[in-house]
Amino acid sequence: MRWMWIDRIVELVPKERMVAIKQISMAEEHLHDHFPSTATRKAMPVMPMSLIVEGMAQTAGVLVGHAEDFKQKVVLAKVSKAKITRDATPGCTLRYTATIEQMTPAGASTKGIVELIEPSAIGEGKAEVIGQIDLLFSHLDNNMGGVEYPEENFVFSESFKTLMETSGIEANF
Amino acid sequence: MERSEIFDKIQEILVDALAVDDDEVTNEATLIGDLGAESIDILDISFKLEQEFGFKIEQGELFPEGITQDPDYVEDGKVTAKGLALLKERVPHFNFADLEADPAVENVTKIFTVEALVTFCDQKLQAA
Repeated sequence: MRWMWIDRIVELVPKERMVAIKQISMAEEHLHDHFPSTATRKAMPVMPMSLIVEGMAQTAGVLVGHAEDFKQKVVLAKVSKAKITRDATPGCTLRYTATIEQMTPAGASTKGIVELIEPSAIGEGKAEVIGQIDLLFSHLDNNMGGVEYPEENFVFSESFKTLMETSGIEANF
Repeated sequence: MERSEIFDKIQEILVDALAVDDDEVTNEATLIGDLGAESIDILDISFKLEQEFGFKIEQGELFPEGITQDPDYVEDGKVTAKGLALLKERVPHFNFADLEADPAVENVTKIFTVEALVTFCDQKLQAA
């Protein structure tokens, strides 16, 4: 099982934009270590920013993969920009919006916005933009070095298929 | 567009893509050796050049792919005459004087300079 950092795809405009959400839960064990209480500080459970970047990479990666019917092995090659301005805590929802900026046979560049939605007693809370994450993906089989990889698409595994199906999106891969 | 104007735009692109200081981006600087570009950065730079200048760049057009790994074009660690002829055809924006003087295969990356990038964009803009 792949470590999934998005829970549901809520919007997909093929070859253009995808929106996914992640509910942050106190049940996630790493939050208890990030950061535990010390003699001088209370516990401060916040989602590690590296995992927020991974959440965006999964959102944008599925968007790029979907554009070519999941025939390409889409791998994250470069984090061009990652700026996150606020901590994301349990009970909040992260909303990732990824947009394809450029796409060629060699890969794709994407722009991404991260929003934080605070929990609310009635309906959805207010969304606040807390970050920008721009990424570069490579289509592994078209790499510059001419390195060959196994034919099987090991990038888009069963976990991604499940994510798409539970989000109500057809997944034929 | 003047070459100096092209250089200024390329300098901005390289500072952004390679996280280098603008004074490191000189005409003579090599992308891979001096500025630390890796293969994925070439793709990043291609995307940024396309956006900035509005032309399309095919894979392998900016930097040669596959030639230096091909035994037809490299022999005993040196680029053969056939390899050199192919490089000149594929990437005419490179200045081949140094590679012709010493055709060691590792010297291919040394002729991929900022100046070669400026020439590449200049040629593409003039052809448009």
